[in-house]
Amino acid sequence: MAASILRRSLLAPRCRAGDVAALHSGPSRRRAQAPGPIASGRRMGKSPAGERSVAPWVAVVGLEIHAQISSNSKLFSGSQVQFAAPPNSLVSFFDASLPGTLPALNRRCVEAAVMTGLALNCSINKKSLFDRKHYFYADLPAGYQITQQRLPVAVNGSLSYSLCVGGKKNQVVTRTVRIKQIQLEQDSGKSLHDDTRSQTLIDLNRAGVGLMEVVMEPDMSSGEEAAAAVRELQLILQTLGSSQAIMAEGQLRVDANVSVHHPGEALGVRTEVKNINSARFLARAIDYEIQRQIKELENGGTVINETRAFDYKLGCTIPMRDKEGKQDYRFMPEPNLPPLILCDNKSLPANTNHQHVVNIDWIRERLPDLPSVRRVKLVEQYGILPEHSFTLLNEDGLMEFFENVVRQTQMNPKKVIGWILNVMLGYLKQHNLTVQESPVSSLFLADLLNLLERGTISSSAAKQVLEELWKAEGKTPLQIVEEKKLELIQDQQELEQICQAVVEGHQEEVMEIKKGNPKVLNKLIGLVQRTTRGRADPVLVKQILEKRLSQ
Amino acid sequence: MRKCRGGRMWILRFGRYLRGAPSGGASYWGGLFPGRRFTQAASGGSDGRQEAAGDPRRRGRVYQNPTWQHVEQRPLPEKKVTVEVLDHLERLALVDFRNWEGVQRLEKAIQFADQLHAVNTEGVEPMDSVLEDRCLYLREDNITEGNCTEELLQNARETVEEYFVAPPGNIPLPKLEERDTFLQVSE
Repeated sequence: MAASILRRSLLAPRCRAGDVAALHSGPSRRRAQAPGPIASGRRMGKSPAGERSVAPWVAVVGLEIHAQISSNSKLFSGSQVQFAAPPNSLVSFFDASLPGTLPALNRRCVEAAVMTGLALNCSINKKSLFDRKHYFYADLPAGYQITQQRLPVAVNGSLSYSLCVGGKKNQVVTRTVRIKQIQLEQDSGKSLHDDTRSQTLIDLNRAGVGLMEVVMEPDMSSGEEAAAAVRELQLILQTLGSSQAIMAEGQLRVDANVSVHHPGEALGVRTEVKNINSARFLARAIDYEIQRQIKELENGGTVINETRAFDYKLGCTIPMRDKEGKQDYRFMPEPNLPPLILCDNKSLPANTNHQHVVNIDWIRERLPDLPSVRRVKLVEQYGILPEHSFTLLNEDGLMEFFENVVRQTQMNPKKVIGWILNVMLGYLKQHNLTVQESPVSSLFLADLLNLLERGTISSSAAKQVLEELWKAEGKTPLQIVEEKKLELIQDQQELEQICQAVVEGHQEEVMEIKKGNPKVLNKLIGLVQRTTRGRADPVLVKQILEKRLSQ
Repeated sequence: MRKCRGGRMWILRFGRYLRGAPSGGASYWGGLFPGRRFTQAASGGSDGRQEAAGDPRRRGRVYQNPTWQHVEQRPLPEKKVTVEVLDHLERLALVDFRNWEGVQRLEKAIQFADQLHAVNTEGVEPMDSVLEDRCLYLREDNITEGNCTEELLQNARETVEEYFVAPPGNIPLPKLEERDTFLQVSE
């Protein structure tokens, strides 16, 4: 018991993701190499004090993204990959870097990287190399990380992403960012910094897990664009299954290189914002850094090339203290791994065991539909708006839910999408639930929409039924409608009686209408609805009232 | 490689370390010293193994005696290592050169290794490993290891629960100014 309490108290710092200590995760923090803009920070210093530049600032944003490969075992060892396992339980002798152990490359990890490279329009290198990148840190027992510095597995790709612009955010624009390379590399272990006892606890469960580092060229110019690009990459990885890409579990870690300059001039000095582990803060962290640099330069200061961390509590970036001066990684070829050779249908060796080769063409033929293709299909097939197709894909499982409902209802998909996005999604967000956790199944929603479509109930009654369905008592929509007596009044006579009563009780309004103010009619319709508790067909009520009033 | 009298140098030619053409043929340990890359066999050879059979100096697949080639050596400039580099090396390697004698030994070592520059490697693709034309074995994605926390932690000087305990963060060497080292005096 005492032990488990101790563990909890030790684990606590990990949860506070904003702490600088907790931000120290993964090997990404020591990366210095990136597209290198040239210094121009002095420019502002030369201009006389007080004189402000009129030209607008342009921000340049490049991203390095580490995606954890979804695999059973690690990149070079046969130990299990699993989140939140007991400390040091998923560690082989190789992961702990015991002498005499050797790496054995996991085929699944290679395939995941090739698949991702193909989905991002990369050229796949049929020969790629492994290198050692050296640095000292307690969660890296070997003193080096095996990565692909010289010749990565995939190069020269592109990623198209879309974002909503305009005042109402209803205009979808598509942009493209170039992918410089995708490289395979090992993850490091995790350090838990226990400041009170002045020690670091090391858990090597994550040490050696396979990562794909996706390096994007600095083709973006705002936090919003970067966030949209990362979201699209996340969807692609999840569609491929090459990474689960769950940011909260550290499976997708983003480093952003940010600089600002005036158009037509050399790029500014860049800073690197490290380990942004939350989709929510990605755009904010980058935009903060852009604004900070502009402010710094406009006040006559300079931007220094440094590594910064985003503090989500303070909402700002702060310099990281972990390295002084430039790191010397002393890259060298990994002597224990020959080059990784991939083949295609043409170069497939005749008499080899197919389990020991990775065939690029075979993987290409089996690529699933990517999110961009799925969106186009949704728009074409159901006639929905492009922005709706984005929402359907952005929520995990929502597209499937929508398609299931459409399949089981006579309602036009264009009307179904309104119920899904406005009503269902609203409920889910309000209760902080995922689509899978929805208490209302697609079948029940389809039943409900069928009742609405057939004119059995009004749309306000349908909303009432949905509220009841949400309580998840297992009743069908029809049962609820019957129990609550929510069917529309089909009896013409009954409706006419109610309308008559309303007209008689509101002579003032009737006079208004007769004077030529037809808008007041809506008030009368509303009164009828109130009397019937929403059970009257508004179209029918309108007809009856108009008939009465014209008499 | 060995230094000889008279400032001249002899180079032991490890065939593939100084290969002249993209690797081919040799695919077994015998390929370590494929004959065609030796001076004598430079012309026309196509496969190390084939030649090995006909080469009287070889028994099995490995040469019995090294072959040598004389290379004209230009005098190399003396290597001087700056204080900055020394400081950098001490940090990286966590070694202490202790005194100027230690530094001189380092400079001599560098000069000795620099002799390699005397070899003309123009047009020769560098070789990383003698295994570079071997097939990289790909493992199936199965869980075969792990679950040995206790054994692993036996190596640790200090543990808490199932964690290794390390000092807080990195403990870098103090800066040159703060360090008690002979490098300061020399500046």
